[in-house]
Amino acid sequence: MNFITILRILLLLLLVTCAVSVNLTKKLLPSVVIFLAYSTIMALLWILMEAPDLAITEAAVGAGVSGILFFVTLRKVREEDEKDRSGPDNGKGNTP
Amino acid sequence: MSIRERLDRYLAGDFEGMAEFLDTQESPDTPREKVKNERKLLTEKLAESRQGQAVISAEKTVFTRLYRVVSVTCCIVLTLVMLYCIAHLPRYGYDNPRADEVVRRYVEDGLAETGAVNIVAGMILDYRAFDTLGESHVLFTALLCVTILLRIDTKNMRREFEDYYTVRRDHYYDTGRDAILRTIGLVVVPCIFVYGIYILLNGQVSPGGGFSGGAVMGAGLIIWSQARGFSHVDRLLTARRLNILTFAALAFYSLSKCYVFFMGANGFPNHIPKGIPGAILSGGLILPLDIAVGLVVTCTMYGFYSLFRRGAVGNA
Repeated sequence: MNFITILRILLLLLLVTCAVSVNLTKKLLPSVVIFLAYSTIMALLWILMEAPDLAITEAAVGAGVSGILFFVTLRKVREEDEKDRSGPDNGKGNTP
Repeated sequence: MSIRERLDRYLAGDFEGMAEFLDTQESPDTPREKVKNERKLLTEKLAESRQGQAVISAEKTVFTRLYRVVSVTCCIVLTLVMLYCIAHLPRYGYDNPRADEVVRRYVEDGLAETGAVNIVAGMILDYRAFDTLGESHVLFTALLCVTILLRIDTKNMRREFEDYYTVRRDHYYDTGRDAILRTIGLVVVPCIFVYGIYILLNGQVSPGGGFSGGAVMGAGLIIWSQARGFSHVDRLLTARRLNILTFAALAFYSLSKCYVFFMGANGFPNHIPKGIPGAILSGGLILPLDIAVGLVVTCTMYGFYSLFRRGAVGNA
């Protein structure tokens, strides 16, 4: 068993672990981070499967843009929660 | 005017007055509890009144039943159609004379027929260009849907709290004041753009192409808008320009492919030069099509981010 095979098995195990733990994580932020890790592992696996163009796309879309979109959505959700808890006049919502 | 009078006017069909009422009640300065209570009261009164009940029950009886019946029928019909199609497919890997034929044709004749050293690019933008056109349209449709759902302007302003805050906090999101982010952005963004353009233009020679290059450039635009503030990108990319760019790219793609399909189907010779394999200007139409796909993807990525972040693209 050479190095590449071991690496591939390790990455596949990590991939499955990530995929399962995204669902099992209760907090949203760690869940998103694990999902980004999943995308990064997938990008490495695409390289190992000799599909570099897919690896570039996966790294840019999966780990980059979709991660940013998730974070923005999380931030919006949190703002809504805070607003619900403390009312609109907590000073945070106004233009600085 | 009291709530009762407003409600009477609403039931009489005066929706404008109601909009005005909701507007005045839901200004950010009004305590949220008060608005909630009055809204609750309003819906209760609507449910109490005979007309309101009639509306609610009519919706329940006719529309809901029809909706359920139609949706279930559609699902069953679609499932049956798909099962029928699958039943007629040859078994995977067996009894399929075309399975090897296509692969062999792509690998052996791909370079000669498409002029692209990168066979994947030749496949997705020449043999299977129709699929890629569909993908680009899916992206465009997704951008349209996000725009419909999230865009905030004077015509499409919902009377809810979050919109008041989102509109007011447009400048708040301009993070260009952060020195570290700004400096790092100045260093990193040009590299990202050069890399993205490299991937895009070398699609027919090396791994990459329109989608990956466009995604990298879209990510670069996002980082730029974070480093220098939205106002910088707004100068380059307003909502209007974004739409025009996407439309032009898609139209160019469709028209050029129409030309190629028409000529090919009727047995006319193809006038588009293939160039020297390995050079940047090779692969016939693949390079322009790559650029078109890349533009669509870039615009979509940045449009998503901008709409998610502040509910608008540019200030056209």
